[in-house]
Amino acid sequence: MARSVIDVSGLPTYAFGSRVTPWWGTFSFCLLEGTGFALGIGGYLYLAVTNKDWAKDAVPLSLLWSALFTLVLVVSALPNFLIKRAAMRESLRSVRLLLLIMSAIGLVLIGLRIMEFSALPVRWSDNAYGSFVWLLLGLHGVHVLTDVADTLVLTVLMFTRHGTGKRFSDAEDNAFYWYFVVLSWLPLYAVLYWLPRL
Amino acid sequence: MSQAVDERHETRDTDLDDEELRARLSKTWGTARGLIGILSTVDHKIIGIRYIVTAFVFLLAGGIMAIIMRLQLARPDSHFVDAELYNQLFTMHGTTMMFLFGVPVGEAFAVYLVPLMVGTRNIAFPRLNAFSYYVYLFGGLMLWGAFALSIRPDVGWFSYVPLANLNFTPGKGPDYWAQMITFTEVAALAVSVEIVVTVLKQRAPGMTLDRIPLFVWTMLVHSFIIIFAMPAIMLASSMLIMERLVGTQFFNPDAGGDPLLWQHLFWFFGHPEVYIIFLPGTAFVSAIVATFSRRPVFGYLPMVLSLIAIGFLSFGLWVHHMFVTGLPEIGAAFFTASSMAIAIPNGVQIFCWIATLWDGKPVLKTPLIFVLGFFFIFVAGGLSGVMLASVPIDTQVHDTYFVVAHFHYVLIGGTVFPLVAAVYYWFPKVTGRLMDERLGKWQFVLAFSGFNITFFPMHLLGLRGMPRRVYTYPAEMGWGGLNLLASAGALLFFASFLLMLYNMMASARSGALAGDNPWGADTLEWAASSPPRPQNFDRIPCVTSGSPLWDQGDDRAVVGGLKVDERELVVTSISEARPDIREESPAPSIWPFLAALVTALAFIGSIYTPWAITWGSSVVAIVLVAWFWPKTIEENV
Repeated sequence: MARSVIDVSGLPTYAFGSRVTPWWGTFSFCLLEGTGFALGIGGYLYLAVTNKDWAKDAVPLSLLWSALFTLVLVVSALPNFLIKRAAMRESLRSVRLLLLIMSAIGLVLIGLRIMEFSALPVRWSDNAYGSFVWLLLGLHGVHVLTDVADTLVLTVLMFTRHGTGKRFSDAEDNAFYWYFVVLSWLPLYAVLYWLPRL
Repeated sequence: MSQAVDERHETRDTDLDDEELRARLSKTWGTARGLIGILSTVDHKIIGIRYIVTAFVFLLAGGIMAIIMRLQLARPDSHFVDAELYNQLFTMHGTTMMFLFGVPVGEAFAVYLVPLMVGTRNIAFPRLNAFSYYVYLFGGLMLWGAFALSIRPDVGWFSYVPLANLNFTPGKGPDYWAQMITFTEVAALAVSVEIVVTVLKQRAPGMTLDRIPLFVWTMLVHSFIIIFAMPAIMLASSMLIMERLVGTQFFNPDAGGDPLLWQHLFWFFGHPEVYIIFLPGTAFVSAIVATFSRRPVFGYLPMVLSLIAIGFLSFGLWVHHMFVTGLPEIGAAFFTASSMAIAIPNGVQIFCWIATLWDGKPVLKTPLIFVLGFFFIFVAGGLSGVMLASVPIDTQVHDTYFVVAHFHYVLIGGTVFPLVAAVYYWFPKVTGRLMDERLGKWQFVLAFSGFNITFFPMHLLGLRGMPRRVYTYPAEMGWGGLNLLASAGALLFFASFLLMLYNMMASARSGALAGDNPWGADTLEWAASSPPRPQNFDRIPCVTSGSPLWDQGDDRAVVGGLKVDERELVVTSISEARPDIREESPAPSIWPFLAALVTALAFIGSIYTPWAITWGSSVVAIVLVAWFWPKTIEENV
């Protein structure tokens, strides 16, 4: 049988962004986790509308730690952007340095989130408002925690003999997911901290 | 970018003749022997078969529950089982059929077939695929293990609060139920992500969007529905277990919560769930109708658009499960309209299939016969669905056997009949042997008559006022005759599955040899050998039409230049499927199994103490690092 051949031997073995499969995997997980956040906010708003005592239950939360958290989180988008760029240039020195910075920022954020929890004026068991505050803050906290853990492991990895080739693509992918962690916080921040003050 | 110079000495597929290439690739992509090898495999076909077999075992278990219930209901005032056990039976029946059979079995077929149909060598994220199977298996074993130990949920497959709250159901049953949900949803979500990425990025070169088989389009839409629907039930079941374990107040009206919040979250998942279960059935039908009509499905574009429309509309229906909860009128009207609207894309699909059969030359083999049975039963179920979408009718028959009849027509008609067709259709691909046609036709007679004798009388019982979920009824109600008839039908229906089981076992041993393409079908899985080798295809095909096996001329274009001794596959661009990257597919690994094991232990532990999550997740984290850490320097290239 006649057979013509499309030669793929010259193609690269990895690339960046939406060309590679891990990017689409991360994107799909962002979609499903984003749906989880949206439904959580939906549940919160549902009770805010249907429950007559909501205004009484919904004591405003302290703004100090959350403001610091939000500020650091938003600022972290800058080194995150630089990592993405350095990874695509495959510049090992810059990627290592920036990963160290992102790891430090991540640890600071975890500390701030703990302070946020400790400053909460309601317990999860006090009322449904308290349950939702703990749920939403916890849900986002888990995302921060996982991506910081991921960043720490990646940082160590990039300092070993494995810090080459495809691992730059992993670093870029990790930076992509961090944007999701940043962006998903903003609506949560507005709902948790500012809505009860309106 | 990374195309290293030192790659040059490695053997490429273009260097070898067909025979040697086949042997070398089988070695590269194969699964090692021994227990560790079995547990480490990442071959989508092996995992797909495990998924299918496990789902069928749960079907059998759920079916046995159903038979016990039918025996109890066959006569009035019966005491074959008591009320408590009856509650446990219908809870386990519904839960098993929906979560352990209905959802996984559709995904199972996708795991096996989608990579073959798009012409690639393995599913995307094959280790995640292995992990998802073990998580699903452990979730099912946990629920049934607890059942065997008399820890039994008895609050229905939807676990409504306040009944499922601690004060009304103090045992651990609902906790096991809630954690089983988490297990199976983790598995379902993982598979969906794999399917989405496999379809978008791993299609054979040339398989542009308008050449994707309808089966694959359907599974893509199906995966997106799961991605948007399943988080709702994971959130809800986590909230339920927190309510029971650490005293949150989400559903407690005395503390600002609302039991209806549970219903909203549950049905926001629960209605798309119907389509999650039904769409794989339509995928099977599209493949089978085309093959046995000897022409591509009529109206490819309207079929794809209908699928996407069903995907969107399935999220606009959930409140029709809550019409009797006292909704604002405008809300009820909206959900009535959308519930009726979804009949349109479903109708388009049915008419396209009929047009295909009309225009083709139908060959009446067992798969097509079951598909014809599907048309009849599913359309009947769809019609009672349109009736139920109307609020006044729904209010009358809510919680009666009319609803039981309706959803069994839709679910069994829409899913199980196409599923049996799919078993007959793809069995020769999986085993290399055909199933017996004569037994297949007998099975159809048993299944079709058994099904209708069981469920048609339930419409009448419902209209005569028989409520759902009652363990018995007094003779004076006059429901005895129809119930006896339904129970007799259930035995016939059950027997049809035993016949299929026998046919499968006998045919696997001594059925007629099938060859690669026994039905003369057009999609790529039939270009692989039967059963397919570990590498699926010795040379990755290039696709030039929507029916590659029917339209290929003498010139059979293939991809060349992939490495032979590494697991390399072609990643292509999303819409035009142009070859873009030679990506390495992960090798077998024991870590996904271990990760699933510790995840399972953490979930089970969490039923008893919330600290299990804290400690469990740190162990899971360590295992995940071991899973992802590169083992050789070559993996980084």
